[in-house]
Amino acid sequence: MAVRKPPVTTREYWAPGHAACAGCGCATALRLATKAFSEAMEEKYGDPNAFAIAQATGCMEVVSAVFPYTSWKAPWIHVAFENAAAVASGIEAAWKKLGRKGKILAIAGDGGTADIGMQALSGMLERWHNVVYLMYDNEAYMNTGIQRSSSTPYGAWTTTSPPGKLSIGEDKPKKWVALIAAAHQIPYVATASIANPFDFIKKMKKAAKVDGPAFVQVHCTCPTGWRTPLEKGIEIARLAIETGIWPLFEIENGDFHNIKIQPPGGGAKVHREGGRVVRIEFKKPIEEYLKLQGRFKHLFKSPEAIDQLREQIKAMWKVLGVEAILPKPEE
Amino acid sequence: MPIRKVMKANEAAAWAAKLAKPKVIAAFPITPSTLVPEKISEFVANGELDAEFIKVESEHSAISACVGAAAAGVRTFTATASQGLALMHEILFIAAGMRLPIVMAIGNRALSAPINIWNDWQDTISQRDTGWIQFYAENNQEALDLILIAYKVAEDERVLLPAMVGFDAFILTHTVEPVEIPDQEVVDEFLGEYEPKHAYLDPARPITQGTLAFPAHYMEARYKVWEAMERAKEVIDEAFAEFEKRFGRKYQKIEEYRTDDAEMIFVTMGSLAGTLKEWVDKKREEGYKVGAAKITVYRPFPVEEIKALAKKTKVLAFIEKNITIGLYGAVFTDASATLINEKEKPLMLDFIAGLGGRDVTFEQLDEAFSITRRALEEGKVEKPINWIGLRKEIL
Ligand SMILES: Cc1ncc(C[n+]2csc(CCOP(=O)(O)OP(=O)(O)O)c2C)c(N)n1
Ligand code: SF4
Repeated sequence: MAVRKPPVTTREYWAPGHAACAGCGCATALRLATKAFSEAMEEKYGDPNAFAIAQATGCMEVVSAVFPYTSWKAPWIHVAFENAAAVASGIEAAWKKLGRKGKILAIAGDGGTADIGMQALSGMLERWHNVVYLMYDNEAYMNTGIQRSSSTPYGAWTTTSPPGKLSIGEDKPKKWVALIAAAHQIPYVATASIANPFDFIKKMKKAAKVDGPAFVQVHCTCPTGWRTPLEKGIEIARLAIETGIWPLFEIENGDFHNIKIQPPGGGAKVHREGGRVVRIEFKKPIEEYLKLQGRFKHLFKSPEAIDQLREQIKAMWKVLGVEAILPKPEE
Repeated sequence: MPIRKVMKANEAAAWAAKLAKPKVIAAFPITPSTLVPEKISEFVANGELDAEFIKVESEHSAISACVGAAAAGVRTFTATASQGLALMHEILFIAAGMRLPIVMAIGNRALSAPINIWNDWQDTISQRDTGWIQFYAENNQEALDLILIAYKVAEDERVLLPAMVGFDAFILTHTVEPVEIPDQEVVDEFLGEYEPKHAYLDPARPITQGTLAFPAHYMEARYKVWEAMERAKEVIDEAFAEFEKRFGRKYQKIEEYRTDDAEMIFVTMGSLAGTLKEWVDKKREEGYKVGAAKITVYRPFPVEEIKALAKKTKVLAFIEKNITIGLYGAVFTDASATLINEKEKPLMLDFIAGLGGRDVTFEQLDEAFSITRRALEEGKVEKPINWIGLRKEIL
């Protein structure tokens, strides 16, 4: 019987036994990311293990490296919350001097990237270190107990953006770090999702293979912080893509005129001009995505807030050069 | 043959770095240390130093990059001062906790507010609990030598702690003096290649560094840092002895000057030691039995040496350019703790002087002297802490 080659290597770098919550989408992301990285290293340097990881403080750090245990089968270091990019810069420089072939993977959450780690990230990108920076975006500070970050979407409940008499929840639109990263004109920037693993793997491999810095922002569910059923993670992540909440795109060399949009699937109608996506008619309303999550529950009492979020998403798509048609749910 | 060049302490520090051959340097400019990274980038640009120079966007990233590089297993170097060092504070603990022998040069400068670029030691003193070894240089030659010694001690397998070398802002950083630059071969023999057995990020032997420790393990990790710092005392003595043998210059944790029959010994650090020695000569001419002592190694604190010094005299008076707000100066406080269980101890006095670059003059030292002498005569200390040279008219 012919044995089919697995779609991604069976090698594991993020080993079982870590302490992430059941259903953690971020854990899935790291597992896929390191597998993809390894494949890229094998293809580029002939050595699947030719990488080291520098990781910021956050959920994925504390669940994977509790002394005297480790979930990491790759050289791995954690230093602090805000400096994964700077630490990676140092490792990369050291490897250059040691004549070691390979690439450094920096990993941080949305807090360690969009907020406190922004400066170090910008410095690392601008200095053109040969590092892939992976931002796993669970849209809040989960490790400290679900506080808002600048990557938390508008309207979401967190412990520091509680809905109340005077509050709708998070009151600012989401900060799009991938666009900020792309403004550094680095070779490769992409967004990805755990609901589209092959696209994510492809993008991680591409990121790992470019010469110079790359940035990948992967949307990861967090059942604990999002107040969602454990088993619904992938479904919810897919709905984020299908409703237009989460765009999948690539920007190479900071070329904002040629952003590559991955079709969202889920029955959306994609219009192209000269090969370029110019308009997407989403079929599913964003409510489909919101209603599965406790963090958005209160929004359903304020339809204007949901409309506000819809407008923000349209505006974000506009930056990507796409006219997004976001339907309202049928009455 | 070693060559002699007239240079600033900043240049001496850059030369020391060059001689130590770090593979990665990450630094960010700040007055008064700016010349250190400038000079090093010149060395790198001219191919005189084969290293990666990372032009980081902040001191926080400078030390973070050094941590990354040191964790990958190479010798590293950085330089900063004052606000820059304060910005590094968080990572200083981490570098020590991860046992990474990073070496850093500091142009000792006051901290804001008010903003002030001139000399005192508050910046490094404020980092005394981070687990970094601390040396203080009296002159530019010492700045160079102590950086080499710092590598020797930091990288010793009995120690494996980071080390900083302080030299006073402007008084040393920007003042030229003749400095002997040792031969590269001798430095190479002294330091050897850095080959860490505990810190490497090598795909062939993956290890996890910088983990989380629960209460079951954290305290032991901290104990090991403390223990390493204790062991550093002996290793520093050995490094000083070997340095003297190879380079002919003698260092001690505490250097004494005319202390043998002294009734009063004035203790200080850094460039102030030079002023103090001269002043002691003058006082001796006036017939007073005074001596001076210079602390070269502040962390680990030279406990035994302070005890020996205390045995020699009736009054120990500290003159220090820092203040622990809410108590006394840090050096006085540490020395007091050192002597707490001694049966016989001298009277002890603390003088806070020269903050923010104010010159410490003979007149000020005389002011400290008259307070010290009164304590000696009366056999008691009225007020342990005294600020000298204060401009009362603007208070
Ligand atoms: C300087 C500093 N400030 C605050 C913290 C506390 N802290 C640790 S992790 C964290 C949030 C991490 O959030 P994120 O980066 O989004 O990762 P996640 O926990 O969601 O995986 C915070 C606030 C810290 N460790 N260091
Ligand atoms: S809190 Fe969320 S991100 Fe953190 S481990 Fe649990 S599910 Fe994963």
